[in-house]
Parts: sequence; C-alpha cells; structure tokens
Amino acid sequence: MADTAVAHEGHTSSTGISNVKLGMWLFLGSECLLFGGLISTYMLYRGRVSNGPTPEQVYDIPFTSVSSFVLLMSSLTMVLAVSAAAKKDDRGTNLWLVVTALLGATFVGGQVYEFTAFYNEGLGFTTSLFGSSFYTLTGFHGVHVTVGIIMLMALVAINKRSRVPGSKAETVEMIGLYWHFVDIVWIIIFTLVYLIPV
Amino acid sequence: MAIIERPAPGTTLVPALAPSAPAITPARTFGALRRPVATTGWKSWLFTVDHKKLGLMYGATALFFFIIGGLEAVLIRLQLAAPEGKVLNADLYNQMFTMHATTMVFLFVMPMAAGFANYFLPLQIGARDVAFPRINAFGFWCLLAGGIVVNLAWFFGGAADGGWFMYAPNSGPVFSPSHGVDFWALGLQIAGIASLTGAINLIVTVLNMRAPGMTLMKMPIFTWMITVVQFLLLFAVPVITVALFLLTFQRSFDAKFFDVAAGADPLLWQHLFWIFGHPEVYILVLPSFGIISEVLPVFSRKPLFGYPFVVFSGAAIGFVGWGVWAHHMFASGLGPVSVAVFSLATMAIAVPTGVKIINWTLTMWGGKLVFTTAMKFAVGLIILFTIGGLSGVTHSVAPSDTQQTDTYYIVAHFHYVLFGGAIFGIFSGFYYWWPKMFGKMLNERLGSWNFWLMVIGMNLTFGPMHILGLQGQPRRMYQWTEARAGEGFFNLGFWNLIASIGSIILTLGVLFFLINIVVTARSKVRAPLDPWNARSLEWMTSNPPKEHNFDSIPHVNHLDEFFHRKYEEDPTTHTMREVATAEQVLAELEKNADAHIHMPSPSYWPIVLAAGMPVVALGVIYSIPVAIVGGLIMLYAIYGWALEPATAPAIDHDESSSNGHNGHAVGASHG
Amino acid sequence: MTMHTTEHTAASHGDSAHGGAEHAEHGMSTRGYINIALILAAITALEVSTYYVDFGPLFLPALLIMMVVKFFMVVSYFMHLKFDNKLFSWMFYAGLFLAVGVYVAALGTFHFFLR
Repeated sequence: MADTAVAHEGHTSSTGISNVKLGMWLFLGSECLLFGGLISTYMLYRGRVSNGPTPEQVYDIPFTSVSSFVLLMSSLTMVLAVSAAAKKDDRGTNLWLVVTALLGATFVGGQVYEFTAFYNEGLGFTTSLFGSSFYTLTGFHGVHVTVGIIMLMALVAINKRSRVPGSKAETVEMIGLYWHFVDIVWIIIFTLVYLIPV
Repeated sequence: MAIIERPAPGTTLVPALAPSAPAITPARTFGALRRPVATTGWKSWLFTVDHKKLGLMYGATALFFFIIGGLEAVLIRLQLAAPEGKVLNADLYNQMFTMHATTMVFLFVMPMAAGFANYFLPLQIGARDVAFPRINAFGFWCLLAGGIVVNLAWFFGGAADGGWFMYAPNSGPVFSPSHGVDFWALGLQIAGIASLTGAINLIVTVLNMRAPGMTLMKMPIFTWMITVVQFLLLFAVPVITVALFLLTFQRSFDAKFFDVAAGADPLLWQHLFWIFGHPEVYILVLPSFGIISEVLPVFSRKPLFGYPFVVFSGAAIGFVGWGVWAHHMFASGLGPVSVAVFSLATMAIAVPTGVKIINWTLTMWGGKLVFTTAMKFAVGLIILFTIGGLSGVTHSVAPSDTQQTDTYYIVAHFHYVLFGGAIFGIFSGFYYWWPKMFGKMLNERLGSWNFWLMVIGMNLTFGPMHILGLQGQPRRMYQWTEARAGEGFFNLGFWNLIASIGSIILTLGVLFFLINIVVTARSKVRAPLDPWNARSLEWMTSNPPKEHNFDSIPHVNHLDEFFHRKYEEDPTTHTMREVATAEQVLAELEKNADAHIHMPSPSYWPIVLAAGMPVVALGVIYSIPVAIVGGLIMLYAIYGWALEPATAPAIDHDESSSNGHNGHAVGASHG
Repeated sequence: MTMHTTEHTAASHGDSAHGGAEHAEHGMSTRGYINIALILAAITALEVSTYYVDFGPLFLPALLIMMVVKFFMVVSYFMHLKFDNKLFSWMFYAGLFLAVGVYVAALGTFHFFLR
C-alpha cells in the first residue's frame, strides 16, 4: 500500500501473504463478535414492546427488500472494481468504485427514510427495548456502510492523482473486503430482523 | 556498521552521530505536517513508532497505574482493618474498590503485558519492528487516553462505583447518578481500541515477520503465549465493546437496554461482560505464564520440559476459556442445564493449566537451579498460582460456588491467581529483562527484599480472606461490626487486621522495587552482554538493542537458537560444551551486517488521532458539539495518516542510499 | 495451522504486480461474478416471497438456509476466501464460528430457542 520503492523492497513475509490483508481478515473476524453481540441483543429484545409499535406494525418489507437488493448488488460492483484494479485499469476501477458508493449511499438514504418513517409511527430510540435494540443494531450497520462510502470516495480521489496504474490495487481489495463484510452482515440482519417475525 | 536510513539526528545543520548515516529532510508535506525527525529528546518519544520505545512507554504507564491502584487497595484495607472503619465513607469506598480493580486489570496488568510483548516479541522472532508500527504507536496513545479518561472522573464528581463488572441495572443512572460510570465506559472503550489494534498488529507480526527458519514450533514460548493472548483479545474485546456501547447508550441517550421496568433482562449485561471477562482472565495470566516459561529453563540450566505441551496447553486454555463464562453467574438462576454444562467446562480447563504446572516443575527437576530474583518470582508464581487454581476448582462445583459467590473467598481466589500469578510473572520479567531493556541489572539484594516482602505480604493479605469468605464476610461491604465478627479462631476482626497488616508489608515490597529502579538507574555498572546465559533470540543483540534490533537477521535452526549457537553437544560424553561466547555470536552477526536498513519513520498522526478520542468521550458526557470537535480532530488525523507512507520515501534519502536495493526493509507495511 | 517459513522474495517487485498475478490465478471472470450476483438476486427474491406466500413449517429452516447460502457465496467468491490462502479462512472462520457458538449458547441460557 505504501507507494514508494523503499517500502516495497525486501518485502519479507514468513507466510508469503501481505500484512495488510492478513490484518484486514483478522479485523473482520473480530467484527463478527461485535455484530454477533448486537444481533443477539436485538434477538433477545425484539419481542419486548412495553410501549409503542411492534416490529410487525412498523416494518415495510417491500421497501427494505429493495434497499437490501441495492446493497447486495453493490457487492457485485465492488468486486468488479477490485477486478479492474487487478488489471491495472484505473478508469474501470474508478467507475465501479463510484457506482458502489452510489449504491451504498442509496442504501443509507433508504435507512434514513426508514428511520424517519418508524419514528413518525411512534418508534423512538427510547420507546421500548425493541426500539433501542433495533436502532442500535441497524445504526451500527449504517455507520459501517457510511464509513465504507467515505473510504470509497477517498480512494477514487487518491486514484485520480496516482500516476502509476493499478498502484492502489491492494487498497481497493482491502476496502472491497470491508464492503463485502458489511454486505454479509446485512444478509443476516435482513433475514433475522426483518423476515422472521417475532 | 549498519547504516540506518531514517531521519538522522537533526538535519544537515547538526553533525550526525554516525557520520555515514545520510541526513534526511522530509521533502513533502503529507496532509498538513511534515514528518517529525527528532531521534533524541521528548519529541523522539512522542512521535516514535519504535516498538521498543513504545514497549517502555507501555511499561512506564502501567507502572504508574500500578502505584495508583496499589494505593487504592491500601485505602480499602485501612478502612477494613478495624470495626466500623472511618477512613472512607460508603460512597468513596465503592469508588475505591471499583477503580482499584479497573486500574489493576485494564491499566496495569494488560498494558504491562502489552509492554513486554511490544518490546520482546519482535526481538524474540528476529524482526526489526512490528507489522504496523504507526498503529502500534496509536494503540499506546489510546491506552493512555483511556486510562486518563477513566481516572478523570475522580475530579468530575466521583469515579465509577459499580464494581469492576459493573452489573446492570446497578450501573444505570438511577443507582449510579454521578458521571463516574460514563467516564469508566468511555475510557475502557478507548483503551479497548489499544487492545484490538495491538492484537491485529502482533498476530500479523508473529505470522509474517519471523526470521528465516523460525517455524511456529521454534518460537520462544513467551511469543507463543502472547500470540494466544492476542487471539483472545481479538475476539473478546468486541464483546465488551458491545456491552460498553449499550451501557453508554443507556446512560447518555436513555436507551432501555437494562431498564427492568421496560422488560429488560439484566442478565444480558452479565453474559456480555463475562463472555469478554473470562477470556480476559487468561489474557491477564497467560503473558506471565510465558515469562516464567522463559525464566525457568534459563535458571534451571535445562530446556523447557515438554515445549509442545506448554504451547498446546496454552492454546487449549485459550480455546476452552470461551466456554466457561457463565461460572461467574452460577448464583444468578441460569437453570440446572446451563449450570451443569458450564460447571463441567470449568473443571476441564483445570487440566491444561495443570499440564503447565507439571511442565514447569519438571523443567526444574534435576536442573542446576540458580535462585536469582527472577527465578524466585517464577517459583513463587508456580506455588501461589497453584493455590489460587485449587480454590478456583472449588468454584467450578456449582453448589459450593453458590455459597462462595460474593464473599471474600472469591476475593482470595482471584488475588492468588492474579497477584500470585500475573503480577509475580511480571516481576519475574522485570528482573529477567531489565538488563536487556536498560543495559543495567537490577540489584539482586534489593530484589531479594522485594521478593520476600511481597511473598509474605501477599499471603498475609489474601490468605486470611479464604477464612473471612467462608465465614460469610461479603465482598464490597464497606464496614464490619464487632457484634457480628464471631469468636475464637474465626473472629473476623483478627483476620481483617492480619490482611491489612499484610497489605502494608506488600506495599513495602513494592517500595523496595521502586527503590531498586532508582538505585539501578544511578549505578554506573553496565550489565554484561548475556548476564543470565540465556537461550532465546532477544539476547542475541546488544543491551539495550540497537534501533534496528539486529545487524543482520539471524537464520534460525533450533528452538532456543541463541543457546545452540553458544553450546554444542559433545559427541562422546553427550554433555553440552561451550563453543562460542555471546560476544562471539554477536560479532558473527555483525560481520554479515545488512548494508541498508529501512526503518519505519516517526509520525505525528498516531498521537493526534488518539488525542481526539478523549475529546469525543467528554463530548458524549457533557455536550455533543464537543464530541463533534473531537471527531473532526480524528478525521484530520486520519487524512494525514492516509497520505503519509509508513516509511520515508526515497526522495527523503540521499541519492546514494536510495540505490540500496539489496537492503532489507523492516517488512512493515502501510499501517 | 502449520506453515513453512520461507524467505519470500517473489513479492519484492511491488504489491500491485503481486496482487495482479494473484487475481489472474483465481480465474473468476466478470461473467462469473455476474452469475454469482444473479444467483444471489434469485435467492433474495425467494426470501422475500416468503413474506407473501405461506411456506408452512418450511418457513424458518428455508429462510435460515437461504441466508447461510448467500452469506457463504459472498464470502467464498466475492471475498475470494475460497481461492485465497487458507490462513485467511482460519482467521475469519475462527471469529465467525466463535461468535455463533458463544452467542447461541448465551441466548440458549435465556431459553430463547424454546419459545
């Protein structure tokens, strides 16, 4: 990832794999326990509505299905960006990164809309255990997507200034891993939170 | 002589220390600031990414908090020395035991282990730095920031007062109205970042940056135990992160998570806390197991007995440690099935621990034992930890545990395993590695005083607590009364007094250690190169090591490589005979010194990024706009960090040196 | 989890070139990625259909199986875990299975699965 000749030479690694990639996978392994905790909290509390609406009353499955589909497809565009970067195709990389970021932004926009709609229907963060745990879980996920969008846009900006084609290929791959991870977390949330009724 | 191509002392205006080292001027501005270039003075510490400097900074911070936590403990014991103690009021007493435990666990033992790991892990595997040096620096500053935030509460209306495991709903705003718990939760959150980044960093370092020939099963045992600990941290820290977030959301933003009136289940906190908390126990003690597994062979003049068993039992402890958390909750009404399952798992975890104790004992068996202070502490650990381990087995039996829960018996147990285990190992490490870190040996006479006062003090303090607990004295009770103290041998007053006297003796022991540090620092006597006749790679370099650790990276053929370079087996008599002195081994390495060594360059960004975090924390507690300012500081730091390469670019070096393509870079990546 | 320690010199020509070679070996073409995405989309459609059509007793197991299939398809193909160094799989699955294990056990103590 470091873009100087100095950093590249003598890249001695006992396993032959890159430090950054190994570090990223370790981080994702760790994130499993973070989201696991949040999902478990939601699962335990989803039926506990002492006040305000129940999940069935607020969830809009068709709407969430569309935004889930958008996020799922952003994984395809992300992998196309990674693939283009590996081929040193900077134009293609940037194009797919921007598309990925736009799809991600659509998802986050959908989430903002959803939160607003739920709030108007009487489900606040402090309304019930269901409200607290729902907003915490999906909010954490939304923050992860937002961080991903910022990284994607920053990457496009850096890529445009780079003179060596494909020099950021590993960075693209790392952000790709992060992006896909955020997507698979949503795959689980979509089923456990939205599709399976209490 | 190796040329380290990194920002040399000063710029061209100041003559460089090594005349051959090329002066480096940062050619480009990254983000907003030019690279720091100081190699001496306070700036060289503030902006360093050198794992050894960071290791020492971890150690110094931990030692400072050890003293704070120790003073808190003494106050607790003074309060309990006599009936109806008046030293502390009930509220202050609650803060005192909460902060004593928090400080000792999160701000002393963990960072001290991190310090040893930082300093010695790269040396033990023949690396020149860790995989992500800047993230390493960031981790240290997070720890310091976290420690400060947790303790700031003392000055803002009172520290956290819910006990170190902060059970809900007692930790909620109703029962703990001061901001203490808020500071506690956010401070630990920040310190947790240090643990998580450190874990990723050290695991990558161990897997990717070993010297040629050093397979996993040739790694020194300390490195192995630290690796197991990093995996525990990697997976345990996110769990406490979730718990702390829930708590913060509840307290600061009125979420309902532990609000029983809204139907919440307070056991959720207990589960999240102990899913983290039990691996945490092994996070605290395994580094010390690693240290004494280095010390015992050296001072028994024998290799470690059953190295693979020690490795795998360590890994087994790490693994089984995930399946026993609910034994902290036997009294909470989990139901018979859960209790039976966790009870069995807890009994099972005693097995790998027993394996280790047997290995250590057999390492000493028939050896030529040398009772230096380091060795005394190591042997002390074996005995005291065994006592603590045995009382631990009595907890695994659920019916017996129900009687012991929340009594001083529990306090006795975990102080035997944590003081007698973790802290004795750390002290063993101090005496063993001091000459390596500072080039001077700690005074052995003072060390002897240090050791014996600590052994006597600790047994007098924590031994009677077994009796107190079985007599029913609850932990966290701020006063006891003469009327209910009982009579004769089991009189609570007598044993409380003994425990308090013990804590004073213990304090004296620690004082001797501090005196020893000062005496050693003032002494002019330099330590010999290989004072203990040691076995592992960290001793195969100068005292203290050079900035680049090794002149040339050694090729490793054996477990205990350094020993095997000094000694060979005589084919006729089958005894080991010395074939080279430590000096000769080092001279050999120096002969093949690498011409060009690229070390990672210092950076401003780790400390700037970490400095944003306490601002965010204070903002969450007092005013959200402040949190936004903190967030902006962090964004700015991330921006500068992202644009700055980990190693100074070629353009910063002299023309002549940037041609050195046959050199060995440290292997550090963008981090 | 044993590895051979080899002095690694192949990667010394820069990460990008190395990374490029790595992807070429994996042999996933753009076409392949699109196929995976189509399968994922189809499964998602099937998942959503459970909201409209009554699947009876198959409802819960079907949803969970589809979730798991989607999860592992993204991990294996989009994240390359199937083709990559086994060490990555070890690291990630250690976290994943540990998370599933401890949290399922914790929920179990709440009698979550008996309700």
